[in-house]
Amino acid sequence: MPVEKKLYLSTSGLTKVFGFGRNKTLAVDHVDLNLYEGEVVSIVGESGSGKTTLAKMLLGLISTTEGDIYFQGKKRDISTHRKKKEYWKNIQAIFQDPFSSYNIFNKIDTVLLDCIAMRGGRRLPYAKKVELMTEACSFVNLKFEELTNKYPFELSGGQMQRLMIARIFLLKPKILLADEPTSMIDACSRATILDELMQLRNENGMTIIFITHDIGLAYYVSDKVYIMEHGKFVESGSADEVILSPREPYTQRLINDVPKIYEEWDLSTV
Amino acid sequence: MSNAMLEVRELTTKYITRFGEDVYAVDHVSLKVEEGKTLGIAGESGCGKSTLALSLMGYYFPPLHYTSGEIIIDGHNISGMDPDVVRKMILGAEIAYIPQSAMNALNPTQKIIHFIEDVIQEHDLYVTKKDISDRARILFETLGLPAEVLQKYPVELSGGMKQRTVIAVSVLLLPKVLIADEPSSALDVTSQKMVIKMLRQLMETGLISSMIFITHELPLLYNVTDDIMVMYAGQIVEKGSAREIVFDPLHPYAKGLMGSIIVPEKGLRDVKLAAIPGVPPNLKNPPSGCRFAKRCKFARMECEAFSIPLRDIGGGRAYRCIIPEKELREIYAKEAYKNAR
Amino acid sequence: MKHTFQQVFHSGKFVFGFSIFAAILLIVIFYPLIIKDPPLQIVGQGTFFEPGIYVSVYDSIASTRYTLHLDDAAAKRVASKLNEEDRLAMKEWLVKAGIPENEIDVTDTEILLDQWVNNYDPQKNVPGMTNAKRNYFVRLNNSLKGLLSTEGVSIAVKNAETGVLEETGGVKQSDYVNVSRVASVRVLPLGTDNFGRDVLTELVAATRVSLQIGFVAGIIATLIGLTLGLLAGYVGGLVDDAIMFVTNLFTVIPTFVLLILISFSIGQEQRGAFIIAVVIGFTSWVWTARAVRAQVVSLRNRDHVNLSKLSGHSIGHIILTDILPYIASYVVMALILQISAGILTEAGLSILGLGPRTTEVPTLGLMMNWAMVYQAQILGKWWAYFPVLLVIALITFSLNLMNTGLDQVFNPALRD
Repeated sequence: MPVEKKLYLSTSGLTKVFGFGRNKTLAVDHVDLNLYEGEVVSIVGESGSGKTTLAKMLLGLISTTEGDIYFQGKKRDISTHRKKKEYWKNIQAIFQDPFSSYNIFNKIDTVLLDCIAMRGGRRLPYAKKVELMTEACSFVNLKFEELTNKYPFELSGGQMQRLMIARIFLLKPKILLADEPTSMIDACSRATILDELMQLRNENGMTIIFITHDIGLAYYVSDKVYIMEHGKFVESGSADEVILSPREPYTQRLINDVPKIYEEWDLSTV
Repeated sequence: MSNAMLEVRELTTKYITRFGEDVYAVDHVSLKVEEGKTLGIAGESGCGKSTLALSLMGYYFPPLHYTSGEIIIDGHNISGMDPDVVRKMILGAEIAYIPQSAMNALNPTQKIIHFIEDVIQEHDLYVTKKDISDRARILFETLGLPAEVLQKYPVELSGGMKQRTVIAVSVLLLPKVLIADEPSSALDVTSQKMVIKMLRQLMETGLISSMIFITHELPLLYNVTDDIMVMYAGQIVEKGSAREIVFDPLHPYAKGLMGSIIVPEKGLRDVKLAAIPGVPPNLKNPPSGCRFAKRCKFARMECEAFSIPLRDIGGGRAYRCIIPEKELREIYAKEAYKNAR
Repeated sequence: MKHTFQQVFHSGKFVFGFSIFAAILLIVIFYPLIIKDPPLQIVGQGTFFEPGIYVSVYDSIASTRYTLHLDDAAAKRVASKLNEEDRLAMKEWLVKAGIPENEIDVTDTEILLDQWVNNYDPQKNVPGMTNAKRNYFVRLNNSLKGLLSTEGVSIAVKNAETGVLEETGGVKQSDYVNVSRVASVRVLPLGTDNFGRDVLTELVAATRVSLQIGFVAGIIATLIGLTLGLLAGYVGGLVDDAIMFVTNLFTVIPTFVLLILISFSIGQEQRGAFIIAVVIGFTSWVWTARAVRAQVVSLRNRDHVNLSKLSGHSIGHIILTDILPYIASYVVMALILQISAGILTEAGLSILGLGPRTTEVPTLGLMMNWAMVYQAQILGKWWAYFPVLLVIALITFSLNLMNTGLDQVFNPALRD
């Protein structure tokens, strides 16, 4: 029996323009997106395609020029700081560079404690907080006892990114936006991070949006793929459809230009 | 026996830190590149591949120091040569090096043609500007670059075009060996493809005799190189042909590395990606035994006891592990069966 | 934190600058505890006393006498009395009297005197000499005779009742006193200024005041610059535009002219050291505000700031914990430079006579002003202005050196 999947996030005509007059740049051009509960979606684009700007608008970090964003069917209202905080209980992010995601002056415990506070646990006894933090760390195969009271520079890149995932585990948002989560991670640690991210969906029912330029990654993790060029979605569909049988010439070119190992990589197309 | 264009024997180079410690970033590395062949060096950040590339030129900037070993280009031993002689006779003329983001080497206030004039006049004072211009134009056309580029300033060119220009300029003096360190990492996929195509052309037209290609992107390596060498913690852990290394790796690290490749190709959605926990060892105090042992799933007690030599199994294939080939293959087969269930 | 501290004190430049500055601070703190004289107290009656040890003559007479026979005492006595002019005159007379010129050495007092004594004859008719000149030589000879005699001087005291001078004692040429036993001795290492004030004590007090003015001005300017820069950089939009408008105003108007006008309009009575410091602080924050704003603008788009927002932190919390620590090192350096600039600005204002009023405390600039107005440099009274210059130079040099050292610590790329 098909279960009616809830529409979590959708946008209509979402547009972002930077600058004035002659220096106007159209970063995001009337984007329509529909995100359902429990989906893993990738937005694929090259640099300059507007995918990061789109991500920041979805997160509410930058303002929209035109268009609306609907969360769970209702128009999103983040006009006050309090409303923003409410919205951010439902949507969180992981960024590309694990090193710059941390405040270098704070111990890493602060990151996790902030999450507990955000979920209303500020008044909890310290022992209970430690319990929560240990649970979050073990979700990403890290030991809290080993990490507590350390500063970010004492951790490796992979550990820092996994700690970011632990943070998401603590916050339990409905939607997670992952902006190039593995592009700055070593190949050997990549699989671990992707596995943990997918676990968030499989065990916690989280909806995940990947922002990436790596088509291979998009193909590996996503149910649905959106291809973005110059601020517009040029193609969308299931991963198999878009990547194995692309319709649009831009998508086709993009996929042809990625080096392959099982198929012949045709160099004559450039 | 083919003519080895570049042969390296037991090359060891080190970094001397501010506190006077020695870090052996390249530890007794030996390799051979034949005429007309491309060698790829694969490995992750910190494995020593970029240091190896720098060391091969024979020109050392502190804190990088040459310790021991030989570098032989077309029969000519350049190791331990005087730096000024290296600069004048070797760099660019015998062996050329393209660092990552080489496009930043272009002087923003100089037209490309003037840049080329500087480069050539440094090596050959008596050549005329007209000669240089002709040579440059012919080379560019051969490589598929429009001749108008010569009259442009770097800021007028795209990233991919700049990178290709720099690569073209680096082969102007017709070096025998070209070393390319991540030549396409900073570019978008289309520009990347153009760079790769150009490198292939360089080999096919015979403008260069051999090439060493360094990257962390394995699918790229597979499509560009004939042979691949995998480096870990300053040592070579496996060598072989590209096909062998990518589809049939023997060393556990190489196996893990190849198992982490993601390509947008059919059937890849259901493959379980390999992950290797832990981090590479600190080269200030490298472990005495196998450097990968701490992270290796199949490590035994003997692995950490003594240093492991490179095991040659014929056909140009070698790997650094005490477990014999047959046994390794059995172990891998068992693992694959476990994962499939 | 601790690690940064250690690194800072390893930087050669910082330590060197810091030592100089600390030395100045220590002198400024401890000198007044040892020498308790008020700095503006007029010590000397007269202008520009030279540096030296001033011994009370009256007390020397009353002091215990010691007899010393020193060979060169007589020669030194005479030598100090004969100035260059007299010597050349003597030589001129001797030459005209027939002594060959190459035998006369004006620098050797003994020989010169010898030749003079043997040859001088007031009656001798030297050709081409005027009457006035002849009288001059007679006077010179008499004064020399006085010098060459070995008699001492007599001390006489006026009898209070009869008004007659009664001899109470004498002073022989071989009598010496021990200066450390004399009741009243004053060391004036830097002499006195035109008013007769001890320059060294004045200088120490002036340095203290100038440093205080510099600190106050520097702290005020840094605080204003930091606050405005943070707000403009982080909040952006209209707030940024407004603050930048004000900043640009202050950039375009020459601050020094502004200072002069404000100073002038406040009037002499109101211009205390503190007011001047505040005025300087309120007009010199522009550079700091700009620099802080630039740093904040580059910081506000960093991932950790975004993550902080997503964690629900308020703007105030983000500015304090995610932005401020990252610019802290920069602000410390700005503070040091502002202090240095404050001291120099005060000196500049005071030289023009628009600094703090002159009746209570001296400042470095005021001392320069007095030296200038009373023409110390023309008169060659170097001690009235040169030490002041040196102190100003040392303070700014040490502060800037500390700043360079800190810069190298915080920006490893600048290390040599």
